[in-house]
Order: sequence, then structure tokens, then C-alpha cells
Amino acid sequence: MKKEELFARIEKAIIEGRKSEAEDLAREAVKAKIDLTEVIEKGYVPGIQKVGDLWEKGDYFLPELITSAECMKAAMAVLQPELDKANIKTKTKGKVVIGTVEGDIHDIGKNLVASMLSANGFDVVDLGADVKLEKFIEKAEETKADFICLSALLTTTMLGQKKAIELLRQKNLYGKFKVLVGGAPANQKWAEEIGADGYAENAMLAVKLAKRLMGA
Amino acid sequence: MSERVKSISNPRLSLNILSPEDVHAIHRASLRVIESVGVRFPSPRALDIWRSHGAEVDPGSMVVRAPGRLIEEALQKAPPVYTLAARNSVLDLPLDGNHVYVGTDGCGVEVIDIHTGERRRSVLQDVENIARVADYLEEVAFHWVPVSAQDCPPESRGLHELLAIWKNSTKHVQTESIYSGREARAAAEMAAVLAGGKDALRRRPLLSIMECTVSPLGHDGGSLDAALVGAEYGLPVGFMSMASSASSAPATPAGNLVVANAEVLSGLALVELAYPGAPVFYAAAQTVMDLRTGAYTGGGPEDFLFGAASNRLADFYRVPLSMGSFATGAKEPNWQAGLENSLSTFMSSLAMSDMLLGVGLLSGSTVWSFVQMIMDCEIFGIIAKMMEGIAVNEETLAVEVIREVGPGGTFLTHGHTKRHLREIWQNSFLDRRPFSVWEKKRDGAPDWARDKAKSILETHRPAPLNPELEQELRRIISSIKP
Ligand code: B12
Repeated sequence: MKKEELFARIEKAIIEGRKSEAEDLAREAVKAKIDLTEVIEKGYVPGIQKVGDLWEKGDYFLPELITSAECMKAAMAVLQPELDKANIKTKTKGKVVIGTVEGDIHDIGKNLVASMLSANGFDVVDLGADVKLEKFIEKAEETKADFICLSALLTTTMLGQKKAIELLRQKNLYGKFKVLVGGAPANQKWAEEIGADGYAENAMLAVKLAKRLMGA
Repeated sequence: MSERVKSISNPRLSLNILSPEDVHAIHRASLRVIESVGVRFPSPRALDIWRSHGAEVDPGSMVVRAPGRLIEEALQKAPPVYTLAARNSVLDLPLDGNHVYVGTDGCGVEVIDIHTGERRRSVLQDVENIARVADYLEEVAFHWVPVSAQDCPPESRGLHELLAIWKNSTKHVQTESIYSGREARAAAEMAAVLAGGKDALRRRPLLSIMECTVSPLGHDGGSLDAALVGAEYGLPVGFMSMASSASSAPATPAGNLVVANAEVLSGLALVELAYPGAPVFYAAAQTVMDLRTGAYTGGGPEDFLFGAASNRLADFYRVPLSMGSFATGAKEPNWQAGLENSLSTFMSSLAMSDMLLGVGLLSGSTVWSFVQMIMDCEIFGIIAKMMEGIAVNEETLAVEVIREVGPGGTFLTHGHTKRHLREIWQNSFLDRRPFSVWEKKRDGAPDWARDKAKSILETHRPAPLNPELEQELRRIISSIKP
């Protein structure tokens, strides 16, 4: 297969959301010893960008957007060991630790934020729902995260967002991570009140916010 | 104060939404899912109950697979008819399949302040005020906790909210804001104080409990424990699925019904296994996620269909249904709010859902608006009138009256007209004024609704709660420590 043909097929697989094909093509690229940076820049990235455009225009819906993002992630997982071997650094926009705070089982919104961040090039560790506050901090330290993202949908559990920040202060870690909050009862004012670094009303705005805070 | 509750009964309208074969197919599919896929029950107590009845329990994942027969037999123990008792027994609500009652919506997080018009965080005083207005309105038959009392400690917030309602109304209260066994026990104890003892409460449940399932195919541990405690006290308990097509349920409406049904059935069966004969109800508020952003929508044609279809299922299982209706996604009381709340409520009413939840919240059940509450009540009034249908008999056919008036005459002053005048629906908030009057004033339904709510708040004095009982309730609340 010619390089250009491979890139075109990769792009198509991403746009159409075909995961095993996206992975297979990654393997093919490795086998054919094609420059992997070029594979990413000319195959995968244009694919995911087109998906983003289609979604912006309203032609693609969220399930399609997320499927394509997952294909992209799967293909990257195939390429990663090779990139490591060749000592090629992939650009990550930032590391994120995300979860729904303890006592709260709402996770649909949190999952969406995680998927969208990941689709947009962030490295995401998803701790799930009903997560102990200590756990967020431990994980953030362990992974040297840029962001701690706290989701809370209940008026009772949103207090966990505040406590998490207090905990960071106690541990002298306040300022080390950017803390983002979200969920039905949260808002910009609340974020400011508790000393969070930002609030976003939905997943798309969360991505914008995270990019802005990373200076991208 | 209204000593009466407006409900829909003896409807002449009906709806064919699912054929008996459809219902059977959904039933069989749901049992197949419970049997072979299973439902998650993350509560040690619930798992013990399942295990002791021979269901297959996976301790790691806490998924329960129960034979269809076990589910069916358990459900048969549920009483088909019972009454939601009110502190004022005139306001009791028989759930007998022949009544549709409306409650307030619940657990809002913000309130549009009736005096300043500003949107702000909800507090205990809001719960009191809303309960007082709801106590007055005949369209509101029972209460949910309308908004959260965010100025109360989180561990006993649900109890403060209950007390706030009981202080301001004698109608039945259903709580949807308690989701731990400990808080549920305290709530039941409070209700027992009001009822005059545990036996009296069992006979006259002044409180009922609604818990959510966790789609797809799961429950919440605290919610399960709370439901079991409620059933222990004889309080009616229900499980509500919010299965959302394209995210927590299949994109196809029938598939959504299967997921939701499997969750609700397994929850109700658990309660019947633990407390055979306990009053339970089916509850549902299925929806479809917004396809562009994944957001919760709070309305749309599929949601309206779910409202009617769920009732067919609840009928099949011979248990009452509590259905999410109203609950618009609109941000202010506008065209969208009127449209969504009318259609959802009409469809659920056509299928004779026993309880409809509920009036007053905007923005996907998050922002309380007194204006919306009052206008929702008018929507229910219109639907209740439509549900009466058209009576056809000698008197209503009025052939003799038509003969007397004859071609070109008028019915305006005929005795027959006078006799039936007050059967015709009367608007409170629809604008039927001449254009020129409107042009001068530029006001409308929201202004009139706001005035009405204000005047109820200023003038309505609900029957007071005995101060000694209140002391007793406060004592129970203060026993809950963080
Ligand atoms: C679906 C739902 C459920 C489902 C959750 C299923 C699941 N797996 O998540 C179920 C049925 C289980 C459920 C249960 C309960 N629920 Co509920 N639920 C909802 C509902 C209707 C929609 C939430 C949702 O999924 N929205 C869709 C997603 C995509 O949006 P989202 O969650 O808002 O997330 C977006 C943004 O907020 C933001 N975001 C979210 N997190 C984060 C984090 C960061 C860092 C950032 C930047 C952004 C961000 O981006 C997300 C994506 O766009 C809301 C109402 C509402 N309008 O929010 C009530 C709601 C949140 N629930 C509520 C309640 C009260 C409960 C229960 C207590 C009810 C009960 N009696 O059992 C239980 C909670 C039990 C517990 N211990 O947690 C209340 C909470 C308000 C309050 N007063 O506390 C609400 C507001 C509804 C209401 N008025 O009753 N619920």
C-alpha cells in the first residue's frame, strides 16, 4: 500500500468510527516502517479533525464523535510502544484525574467530560463515581496530573468539591493542580467561592476551559 | 384553603399505545435480561435477601440474576390498590387506577425568587413557601420535596425538608430526597409520630418514598436500604428509572422500556421478597439524551411516549405508577415549557398514570419557579377537562333545545345554556383579551401567575402543626449526627 493510500484509509476509518480497522492500519504502518509522526499527523489527526467539523456542523452526533475518539485512542495505544522505542514524544495537552465525588453516583456527565477531554488530546485517568476525596489527590500526585476534575450532581455532595480543595490546602498542595468543578448544582460563583480554578457547564466548554488553562 | 384535591377520574379518553402482545414481549424481554444479564444490587442487605430466595448472586460485581418466576411470584404479592394518606384525611389519595394526581416536582437546586426575580441557591425557607402554596392549590394533590434546603446540614437535610413541608401542609408527602437507610428510618419515625404510632402509620401511610435506579441495570446501595426501611414501616415505596436512550439505554424506545422495566421490576421484587404485601409503586422518567451534546433534555416526543407506555406496564403488573411529566428543559416559563409540560402530562394522563411529577421546576428539574408552578396547574386543569371527554345522552344531545332555538336563533339565554354553563372550562391565565388591551398593558400569564403565587403566600394560613409534635420531630432530626 502506498503511504498516501494508507493515510486516506486511516482517515476514513477514524471518520467512520471503525475501531479494529483503525488498529489494524496502525499495525500496518508499524510493519511498513513508515514515519509514525507522519502517520499520526497525516492520517489520524485529519480524521479526528473532520469528525470534529462534522459534529460542529450538526451532521455528526455525540455517539459518533465519541466512537471516533475511541478509535483514535485505540490506534494510539498500538503506536505508543513503537513511539516510545523510537523516543518520539507525543504531544499531550495535559494530564487529568477525574471522578464523581464520594456519596454521588451520577456519572453520565463525568464520563462525557472524560471522553471529550481524551478526544481532545488530554491524558485522562477516570476514577469512576463515588470516589473518596483522598483518592483524587493520591492519584493526581502519582500521575503528576495537571488537573483534578471533580464532578458532583447533588447539593449534598457538591460540598465534597469544597472539602477536596481544603484537603489540598492542608497538604500544602493547593496550586499544584488546577481544580475544575462541574455538575448540576455547581456554577462559576461556587467555583470562585471554594477556590477552584474553573467551572464549565458542559463537556465541550470543559475542554475549552482546560485548553485555556494549559495556555493552548 | 382547598379542602379538595383535583384529580382525573372516570376518563372518557383512552389511548392505544402498546398492544397486549407488545406488553408481553416487553415483559418477557425484561425477565430474560434479569435472568441472564442480571441487575446490580450494591447493598449487602439486598444481596442477602436475593441469596436467601435462591437467586444467583455474584459477590464481586454484586450483580443478581434471578429466575423470571421468582420475580413474577414476588410481584404478585404487591397490593394493586392502596391509599396515600394525608394528615387531613379529606385529602387522602386512593391509588385505585381511577385517579390521576399531580405532585410538585422535586430536588431543585435553585429558585427564581418571587420578589426579586433573581435566580439563587435554594434554602429551607423556600421549601416552606412552596409547600404552603402547594397546600393551597387544589391541583397539587401531594408533595415531593420541591427544592433542597442547602442551609441545612447534609446528613439530615432530607429530614429538615420533610418537617418544613409538614409544618405547611396537611397533604400527603412523598420524599425523593432521602437515600440512606439511616435517614429513611428517621423519616419513618417522624411520620409515625405524626400518624400516632407505628401501627397507625402502617394503616395510614402519611409518607411514601421514591428511589432512583441506576441505568443501565443497576441500583444504588443507599437507595435500596432506604426503600427496605420504608417497606418495613409499611410506607409505599417505588423505584424510578431514568433510562436515557443512546446513553444509559438502547436508542430504540422499546429497548429503553426493557432496561427500565428490568430495573424497576427487580427493585420492586426485592421489596416484596423482604416484606410480602408491602405497598409498592412503579416509577419512571425515561428520556433520550440530547444527541448533539449528551445533555439531559426534559422533554421530546419519545419522552411523551414513555409516559404512556410505562403505565401500560405498571397496569400489567397491577401496581400504581408514578410518572415523570412536566419537568421541562426550558429555562423560563415560555413556549417550550408550555409545550413540553402539556404533551408529557396529556400522554401520561391518557394512560391514567396514578401520580404525575410534577409542577414547578424549569431547566431539567433544577430551577424552581412559582410562575411555572401556577401555570402548570392550569395545564393540568385543561387536561383534566379534556379527559372528561364528551358525554352523549338525551340532555347533552339537546335536540329539543335546538328545536326551540331553530335556524338563526341564539342559545345565549336559553335555560339549557345556563344549566350547563359552569361545566365549560374557564381560563385563568390564557390571554383572551382584546388586542388593544394587551397592547396597552403588555402583560400576560407569567405576571398573573406571579401575582397569584404572591397572594397565596401572603394570605394562605395552613393548618398549624401541633408544637409538641414539632418538638418531637426536631428531637428525631437532631439525633442524626454526621
Ligand atoms: C440521570 C439522573 C440520575 C441518574 C444518574 C445515572 C448515572 N449513571 O449518572 C439516577 C437515576 C441514578 C439518579 C439518581 C439520583 N438523583 Co439524579 N439526576 C439525573 C438527571 C435527570 C440528569 C443528570 C445527567 O445525567 N445529565 C446529563 C449529563 C450529560 O449532564 P451533567 O451530569 O449535568 O454533566 C454535564 C455538566 O454538568 C458538566 N460536568 C459534569 N461534571 C463535571 C465536572 C467537571 C470538572 C466539569 C468541568 C464539568 C462537569 O459537563 C457534563 C457533560 O456535558 C439530573 C437532572 C439534571 N438536569 O441534571 C438529576 C439530578 C442531578 N438528580 C438528583 C437527585 C436528587 C438524585 C437522587 C438523590 C434521587 C433519589 N431520591 O434517589 C439520586 C442520587 C443518589 C446518589 N447517591 O447519588 C437531583 C440533584 C439535585 C439536588 N437537589 O441535590 C437532580 C438535579 C434532579 C432533581 N431535581 O431531582 N439521577
